[in-house]
Amino acid sequence: MAVTVPILKQGDVLIASIQAALTDRGLIELRDALTAKVGQFRSRGVIIDVTALDVMDSFATRTLRGIAEATKLRGAHTVIVGIQPDVAFAMVKLGLALGGMSTALDLEEGLKALAARQLEARR
Amino acid sequence: MIAETCLRVEREADVVAARQKGRELAALAGICGSDLTVVATAISEITRNIIAYAERGEIVLKIARRGQRQGVVIIVSDEGPGIADIDMAMRDGFSTGKSLGLGLPGAKRLMDEFEIVSEAGKGVTVMMAKWSR
Repeated sequence: MAVTVPILKQGDVLIASIQAALTDRGLIELRDALTAKVGQFRSRGVIIDVTALDVMDSFATRTLRGIAEATKLRGAHTVIVGIQPDVAFAMVKLGLALGGMSTALDLEEGLKALAARQLEARR
Repeated sequence: MIAETCLRVEREADVVAARQKGRELAALAGICGSDLTVVATAISEITRNIIAYAERGEIVLKIARRGQRQGVVIIVSDEGPGIADIDMAMRDGFSTGKSLGLGLPGAKRLMDEFEIVSEAGKGVTVMMAKWSR
């Protein structure tokens, strides 16, 4: 059973809110859907909200990193938002690094960060 | 032993079920706060290895006591191909190709106790424990 992650479009940003603990397959489906939609909607930014994730293990982290890299190649910048304090702590202990991935505290901050990037780019 | 539960691990969804059960049992054992997420993360890493390398296995979760402290003991086992060189597998960044190579050493860092037994061709058994503070 794969949980489908809803993807919303707001201006030139795609917002994917992960609702529940996702299986590996669910994460891979999210990756494929986002890379396709970036082209379909000509999006410049992607926000992945992981507030509801109880665990970010090495597979989840690797997949999110893969999404960020794939969307970048398609011309969109990805920001991961909503990593919970306990999850962040466990990730550090596990030894996970996000490797250049952008993060923000929550959805609001993520949107601000993307808007600031685009202003910068237009200069 | 106060409570014990055993779950089969053969599908990806079982990894999620195992870590949720682990979190539940750890909370019953008096483990709290961020340590619950720590236990769930270690379970996620170790049971995922079963799906990646052994196809099927099982996880046994028990509430146990160590002196004054209560905690959770987790035994994850499979009868898959096993690990030829455990010392190598316990190194950060070592992987035979299916992961970031953080699962085993990472889980060891997360838990209070961690032991792994394996032989090529004879499966893998991981015993790990977390005690309440």
